[in-house]
Amino acid sequence: MSVSLPPQFEVIDRPLDTQMTISFGPQHPSTHGVLRLEMVLDGEMIVRAIPDIGYLHTGMEKLFEYKKWQQGIVITDRMDYLNPLGNNLAYVMAVEKLLGLEIPERAEVIRVMMCELQRIASHLVWLGTHALDIGAMTVFFYCFREREKILNLIEAASGGRLTPSYFRIGGLMMDLPPGFERRVQQFLEKFPKSCDEFDTLLTGNKIFQRRTQGVGIISAEDAIDWGLTGPCLRGSGIEIDVRRVNPYTGYENYDFVVPVEDGCDVWARYKVRMREMRESHKIVAQALARLKPGPTKADAPKVVLPEREAMKTHMDALIHHFLIIAEGFDVPAGEIYHPIEASKGELGVYIKSDGGPKPARVHFRGPSFVNLSALPQMAEGEMIADVVAIIGSIDIVLGEIDR
Amino acid sequence: MANETEQAGGSENRILRTPKYKTPSPEQVAALQQEHPAWITETVSAFDEITAIVPRESITAICSHLKTAQGFEFNMLADLCGVDRGPEEEPRFEVNYHLFSTTLHHRLRLKVLLDERDAHVNSVTSIWRTANWHERETFDLFGVIFDNHPDLRRILLPDEWEGHALRKDFPLRGYEPYSLT
Repeated sequence: MSVSLPPQFEVIDRPLDTQMTISFGPQHPSTHGVLRLEMVLDGEMIVRAIPDIGYLHTGMEKLFEYKKWQQGIVITDRMDYLNPLGNNLAYVMAVEKLLGLEIPERAEVIRVMMCELQRIASHLVWLGTHALDIGAMTVFFYCFREREKILNLIEAASGGRLTPSYFRIGGLMMDLPPGFERRVQQFLEKFPKSCDEFDTLLTGNKIFQRRTQGVGIISAEDAIDWGLTGPCLRGSGIEIDVRRVNPYTGYENYDFVVPVEDGCDVWARYKVRMREMRESHKIVAQALARLKPGPTKADAPKVVLPEREAMKTHMDALIHHFLIIAEGFDVPAGEIYHPIEASKGELGVYIKSDGGPKPARVHFRGPSFVNLSALPQMAEGEMIADVVAIIGSIDIVLGEIDR
Repeated sequence: MANETEQAGGSENRILRTPKYKTPSPEQVAALQQEHPAWITETVSAFDEITAIVPRESITAICSHLKTAQGFEFNMLADLCGVDRGPEEEPRFEVNYHLFSTTLHHRLRLKVLLDERDAHVNSVTSIWRTANWHERETFDLFGVIFDNHPDLRRILLPDEWEGHALRKDFPLRGYEPYSLT
């Protein structure tokens, strides 16, 4: 089907001293991947900014329809690659809801703990790159030093650093390794001090404040209208956190504050995320205290793979193992929309099953996708140098936008 | 962080069992259906969620009503996505609207069914601006046309792409290797 381009994509044929159209990205380092912006400039002021996405489109939603239910988990890792455990959780929980599976308490607590560690890691990448884009190089190294510790923890639990696939339908891939609690404890003890370091580096920094305050304003009404979620919405003064308003995996039992700032600008979104890291730290500490020995997999032999030892010694376990691997398992027909609070906002999974071993449709509502669509609203009328700050404050991951 | 202690005041550490996935009560939706029979043909409750099936002519009317109506207040469109039921099914396409209320924190799904020969539905971009990109994505991947959309063109795939990739009769690897040159 041929689609005609709308007028704003035509090259504006006027002398250079009035307006000019430039292409920002897709190779620009501050676009965090392969985002391209078509920008019409008047001097240094942005008249129009039109995001152009799709450079990283790999047809993941199509791929889900050709994979068995449990094979889909590894695809979710590759969407928001800074928050893979959050993606795992959203998908896995939606399938569990369709199956009606009850998850053991230990598995739920570990899920909360790992997700919050992952949220801290994701925010650290945001902080490092956001500061780097604006010109503060040192912060980047501090952030990646801390993130490395979290990735080591995730690696210890799952074997993978960026693509853990740790959550499985019905529980976890396996229990935590011995000594894991101690390592988390060590991390928790040091992390508040690192947070203070970040604050020393940036929060009181006059240059950073001048670059972010009053830039990229989006009012609360506009933020809701554009569907913003996560820190972007809370930076506009609206207290919405899916962990609080539609709790899942037992988040209603944890004591944490939903940070809200009402500055509506880049600075407000910065402050929300900085406070969120400390809140996540609190949740991890609570989850660690709650960790009690117990099973980490649901009692559903037709869905959950048996233990290795049982498979070698019990005939029925061997049969179930073979059937799950070779044929998969059927999921009752129905449809589910399951939202979770990922590090960037509401990550919603829409799953439709027709009762077979493969999904009929899997759709991901990526928070970055929706948040990026509001970029023109925030950027138009600002200076071109501020676009870099605004993109950083939205915290986009192109893997999730393009899917 | 002066207001942190104030916010933390009400949330002591206790086991809460709040309704997790909140929806409007089924009676509310039934009352709406009674009041405007042309808006909702059927409601389905499954897995704690409520789905209202809406004829495509009424989608803008029901959406603008739900956005402000007391008891609903769905001021945010959380998600919009298409579904292909398969080439032999009639109606073939579904468009799902997942609504969310930032004041009442509940959710509702509206569903529009579309025939393949006439896959047109009115755009809701004028009600929620976030629908813009969602509708472009659904158009790109399913070929559903959203009438009165301000800027309906492909968003993920290149403009000259042929076919709609998420349709069930589109092969997984496409028709031919795609080259950017």
